[in-house]
Amino acid sequence: MPDTSDVVLRVEGLGKRYRIGAREERATTLSKAAARVLKSPFAYLASVLRPPREDEIIWALKDVSFEVKRGEVVGIIGRNGAGKSTLLKILSRITEPTEGRAEIRGRVGSLLEVGTGFHPELTGRENIYLNGAILGMKKAEIDRKFDEIVAFAEVEKFIDTPVKRYSSGMYVRLAFAVAAHLEPEILLVDEVLAVGDAAFQKKCLGKMQAMATQERTVLFVTHNMPMTLNLCTAGILLDNGRVHAQGTMAATVQEYMKKTSSSASAADFPRRDPDGLKLAFRSVRILDDKGLAVSQVLLPKGFTVQLTYEVYRPLRGVQVAFELWNSMGICVLCSTNLDSEPEAVARTTPAGEYRTRCFVPGTFLRPGRYLLTLSASIPGLEVLAEEKEAVGFDVVDCEGPEAKLAQGRRGAVAPILSWYTERV
Amino acid sequence: MGDTVTAPVTVIQPSRGWRALGLHEVWEYRDLLYFLVWRQVKGRYRQMALGPLWVILHPLMSMVVFTVIFGKVARIPTDNLPGPLFYYSGLLPWVLFSGAANGAATSLVSNMNLISKVYFPRLIIPLSAALGGLIDFCFSLVVLVGMMLAFGYTPQITIILLPFYLALALATALAIGLWLAALAVKFRDVSFGINYFIQLLLYACPVIYPMSSIPARWATIYKLNPMAHVVEGCRWAIFGAVRVGESEGTAATQIVGHPPEPMLAVAAALVFLALISGAYHFRRTERTIVDLL
Repeated sequence: MPDTSDVVLRVEGLGKRYRIGAREERATTLSKAAARVLKSPFAYLASVLRPPREDEIIWALKDVSFEVKRGEVVGIIGRNGAGKSTLLKILSRITEPTEGRAEIRGRVGSLLEVGTGFHPELTGRENIYLNGAILGMKKAEIDRKFDEIVAFAEVEKFIDTPVKRYSSGMYVRLAFAVAAHLEPEILLVDEVLAVGDAAFQKKCLGKMQAMATQERTVLFVTHNMPMTLNLCTAGILLDNGRVHAQGTMAATVQEYMKKTSSSASAADFPRRDPDGLKLAFRSVRILDDKGLAVSQVLLPKGFTVQLTYEVYRPLRGVQVAFELWNSMGICVLCSTNLDSEPEAVARTTPAGEYRTRCFVPGTFLRPGRYLLTLSASIPGLEVLAEEKEAVGFDVVDCEGPEAKLAQGRRGAVAPILSWYTERV
Repeated sequence: MGDTVTAPVTVIQPSRGWRALGLHEVWEYRDLLYFLVWRQVKGRYRQMALGPLWVILHPLMSMVVFTVIFGKVARIPTDNLPGPLFYYSGLLPWVLFSGAANGAATSLVSNMNLISKVYFPRLIIPLSAALGGLIDFCFSLVVLVGMMLAFGYTPQITIILLPFYLALALATALAIGLWLAALAVKFRDVSFGINYFIQLLLYACPVIYPMSSIPARWATIYKLNPMAHVVEGCRWAIFGAVRVGESEGTAATQIVGHPPEPMLAVAAALVFLALISGAYHFRRTERTIVDLL
């Protein structure tokens, strides 16, 4: 049984400062660009040599302190750019902190990427040895675990084939299998399980859970809330490089949802320098059936997503889309303007400001908190604009089946389907 | 194994100033060094029509060019050796050195994907890049011995001193590589410039001409170049003394290349200094390399 008094990882006041390059003005014409190069050919050199200005510095981590006990599985959550990956990089000694300290007891294995150092021209067998050595295993150790690794990855037949001939699934399985057999006392895992098929993911999770019961400690960065709730015993919520909350995983996830739910139900996006931009979102609103902006949607009535965006130059085949994400971190649906009018793909949109509306019926949603992500693109060519987690809103159910029969169902959606029963 | 008898404690905190070289840690990761060298050698020639033949072809083609241009056209003396033997024996240590220096200097840039994802002693990276050429050298040496026998020469017993000269060549390459590797991450011009620098350095080494053709008053300065000793020393170790002018049975012999001399110790000491300081410089800069990506 895990000894709860045994601290294996202690982090005190950890901070990491990055210097981001000074913003460069974009040269709009070739002659302007040439003039700039001629005027200051050593601009890069100069920018590196002088001490950084205030606006060139960002703190990716600041004052981060926490403790992890032996056998704990800790989920680290937070928005993109909250500092999760930086934290893992410091703890796995890839980069040094700017301040603070961390103390780790035991052998650390970090899995920040699947298949680091794989050489496509080498065979599966050769890559197992190479990758194992890179992760810190001795040759004798790999010899001993070799058969187990191959069996876990299910690639027996292709073990002497160059990995460039592997399917992506096989590649990931092999890479994870090596890492899973590293058997460190403390395992640091970045979001690597997002790849691979469901059956293999389950296998990996099983392996990680088995590690936890062997008094091994796991730190796990992810966006996948159901997975963290399943796996982790404790959670840390990072926000803007600081620890925003820590405690049980369930409490931390709730805190995270509260945090994201504080995001407004209506958003206006700041006007940006149109240089080089082809399209930008201007605003997004959630409207009720009367056309009023709301932050709460009542079921079974639906709601309307209203977007405005500006097109800066004529564009052919613009696709505007939104994704609806639930509080479990699952994308419930994605809808685009081309779904209902596919012929628009051949149409040119002149420059100007546009407003588009999409009605989402309320007969299939489950109650809870939702986040909306916007994107605009020319399908297959380029992404024009993206606004992640632009707005959040609550769906409240007073009349649906769940409200009437509080039996706690599963499922990302709750459509009312037709049943037909007869006696036979 | 996972038995936690006494769990090692790792302390992570910002370091300041110079740090110890941590050679014991490099030793602990020796298996990784072995696999990285092996990846280089094995991965390099896959899916090439001529495959590992390129190892031999590379110096061989330079030899042909040198024999024609410097031997036949410019008629530069070759220490009484047949041109092909003279150039080829000079090219072998040179190719080893230039490959190792280039590889070590650009090693951090070309292994960025490794460095940014896993921790291991960073010294392993330039070290493995420098050692990779050793295997190529061994293949080429076999070809050289074959050529010698064909021309009627036999390798001398002094050939057992070859490893010493190779070690000096690799140490010189590594010293350059360690000083430049971290700089190459910050300024991409470095990997660009090192190429030209090494190409020019070829003319400062007795590869296409014998050291004996250097005027005496420049000899001391010339002999500060460790690679001059390596190239001439390799020739001496392999060929020893060759017979010249055997027409009258007088059988005069002349030494090919250069046996070890006091200036070699001076040059080696310089390399040692550059190597140690380079290693410390490397350790100092490695901690923030990843952030410069």
